[in-house]
Amino acid sequence: MGHKMELMLGNQAVARGAYEAGVKVGTAYPGTPSTEITEYLAKYGEVYCEWSPNEKVALEVAAGASVAGVRALCSMKHVGLNVAADPLFTLPYTGVNGGLVIAVADDPGIHSSQNEQDTRNYAVAAKVPMLEPADSGECVAYARLAFGLSERFDTPVILRLTTRVSHSRGIVADLRGREEHVRQYVRDPAKYVMMPAMARKRQASIERRMGLLSEYASDGESPNEVIWGGKEVGVIAAGIAYQYAAEAMGDSVSYLKLGMVYPLPERTVREFASKVRRLVVVEELDPFIERQVRAMGVDCVGKGLFSPFGEYSVGMVAKALGGMLGEGPATAPEPGLKNLQAPPPPARPPVMCPGCPHRGVFYVLRKLRVTVAGDIGCYTLGALSPLESMDTCLCMGAGVSMAHGMALAGGMGGRSVAVIGDSTFMHSGITSLIDIVYNKGRSTVIILDNSTTAMTGLQQNPATGLTLRGAETHRADLAKLCEAVGVGSVAEVDPFDLAAMEKAVIEETGKDCCSVIIARRPCASLGQSPKGKPASVDRDACSGCGACMRLGCPSLSKGDGKPAVDRSYCVGCGLCAKVCPKGAIKA
Amino acid sequence: MAKEGSTRLDRDVLMVGVGGQGALLASKIMGAAAIASGLDVKVSEVHGMARRGGGVVTYVRMSGGKVRSPIVERGGADCVIAFEKLEALRWAGHLKDGGLMVMGTQEIYPMPVVTGAERYPDDIVGMLSGGRFRLVAVDALAIAESCGDMRAVNTVLLGVYAKASGIAEDIWLEAVKSNAPARSASVNLDAFGRGWRMAGE
Repeated sequence: MGHKMELMLGNQAVARGAYEAGVKVGTAYPGTPSTEITEYLAKYGEVYCEWSPNEKVALEVAAGASVAGVRALCSMKHVGLNVAADPLFTLPYTGVNGGLVIAVADDPGIHSSQNEQDTRNYAVAAKVPMLEPADSGECVAYARLAFGLSERFDTPVILRLTTRVSHSRGIVADLRGREEHVRQYVRDPAKYVMMPAMARKRQASIERRMGLLSEYASDGESPNEVIWGGKEVGVIAAGIAYQYAAEAMGDSVSYLKLGMVYPLPERTVREFASKVRRLVVVEELDPFIERQVRAMGVDCVGKGLFSPFGEYSVGMVAKALGGMLGEGPATAPEPGLKNLQAPPPPARPPVMCPGCPHRGVFYVLRKLRVTVAGDIGCYTLGALSPLESMDTCLCMGAGVSMAHGMALAGGMGGRSVAVIGDSTFMHSGITSLIDIVYNKGRSTVIILDNSTTAMTGLQQNPATGLTLRGAETHRADLAKLCEAVGVGSVAEVDPFDLAAMEKAVIEETGKDCCSVIIARRPCASLGQSPKGKPASVDRDACSGCGACMRLGCPSLSKGDGKPAVDRSYCVGCGLCAKVCPKGAIKA
Repeated sequence: MAKEGSTRLDRDVLMVGVGGQGALLASKIMGAAAIASGLDVKVSEVHGMARRGGGVVTYVRMSGGKVRSPIVERGGADCVIAFEKLEALRWAGHLKDGGLMVMGTQEIYPMPVVTGAERYPDDIVGMLSGGRFRLVAVDALAIAESCGDMRAVNTVLLGVYAKASGIAEDIWLEAVKSNAPARSASVNLDAFGRGWRMAGE
């Protein structure tokens, strides 16, 4: 021991496990909380890694590598699997050659997502086995195991993670070397060409496989484990929910800890249930395990005790299960402040960084009172005060298509646009733009080209000219791309040139064709724009009108009515000086 | 809430501040010090949207037994290390009775304050003093600047906590050295030492 112990992020541990299992190809589209899996995997020189334009492409690339005989890992966040659902549902028909593992990270509590969907439902719907680790050590072990199961049972395997597992560091004690697993490619159209006659034949093999997997799940070699304690209450749990339960209840209850959450180990569940007086399922989000246990005809309680939304905690489990053991609910910890009658402290919502190029665009959109169909990225923050310039945000790429739909409804009045980032545009905005042009729409789309995928931590994309590992590659030319699909008018503007930006919005929204404005300026976090001198305010010239405050820049504050500059935070972008009607700000 | 194998070596710490203040490095150093002391440890971080200037919290749990949940709950923290005053106020409720609040006195205004919709509380030090936990307020920004790098605020505050942690100084120093970027190792060691000495004052 000692030298082999390492503190690893859950996502890093998934990458480590995949590396040890001999993975050759890693694909992904970045998405919190899954992004670091691929970033860490790319640190292993033996593994080819790429950012794909979207999750569907990523899964198909991984599927190709698998069919050709090597092990492949495809990673994404929960909503990414919606995009990749098309290949997902047919992959169980074809099965695999080299092991194929799909790592999907859910976001209970909605820390950085648009919804809280439970990926486990995909396992049932697509008939794919699913493993769920509870800490970094299990992330390594289950990633290794997932590749083995994939080849043994001829199926893709989903490795389900949640934010608290993906983004927690924990000790990994069992690090191993890399094993090479490469299989011969054998042409087999009956297995890999899915059309009606072939697909029908493959269905029986899926049913047979799920039966075998269910047997495996109840075997001693599966990652499912019974831990005996008090037998008044038996808890079934997996992943982070198991950690909360185990800390809350210790050995006062017994546990069926599931490492494989689909298919369930039916034999083990029945046996476990027969030996405890009451059966409780502790699981965040949907009653996924609970429903299946009930379907077996085994009585249990789950969502009757716990919320179907948000994250759980040790305290929450202690309260629910403590009552059941007759201990009465555990006393809630004392609040920390003594005799404090103060109102709750002001909230600290996320904001666009100082120097953020999106600020210029949203300032203009607000000034012109434009209706904005938004999209997913840092710029979704344009919806918040004081910029407040976004009307919708649904999913990746939806801004462009929704703008078209809103225009079709008519009666919107005034100007309207779609805004979408460069990476999101490459992900799924381009198809929507084609739709507008093809169907003679006249919407205006603003592409916020900040040369990076910023929200997830500055990843490359097809419009940046660099690959995941930073190698130079062809940079997709957004303007040419728009022209090629038939956009009638394409304007390119620096979003910090507010006059030009305003002119472009007025002109392009007035045109009788589909138009695109490319607002181009690198993300402030890339460090490409040299840091300017911090802004300074001439207090005599300032009238206190508050125009600068409407930029929502975190380095400006209202002070005594006139703005004050936080000099340690300001990057000297000069936007506030441009909007000051009195010329009182110098930058 | 009986934690299995619970011993007096349990230390549950929160680091709170504003995105980009360096909680990541501080938590890495803590993790390394815990491992070197033979403790189990989990560190839980925030990524994604919240990092864009929003409030961020990092949980560090160290134990002589096994750490299960990566999260420190309300009323469960032995120490809160706050990089910013308003965040200290926000998270003070997480401290146990007799816990320690290590607070940098820097103020970073959140957007509702920037726009004038809400006021930044005047007397946070007063609000946090004389209660059921110990408060150490430090002008960590000034100390970091005098060490040669404003970004060393995190290691100054870590040093204050480290003195109270019961983990030996040499273990901490080694953890700082092996986790700080090579070019800033000496600044960070200096900053850590300043914090350590301040804790005794």
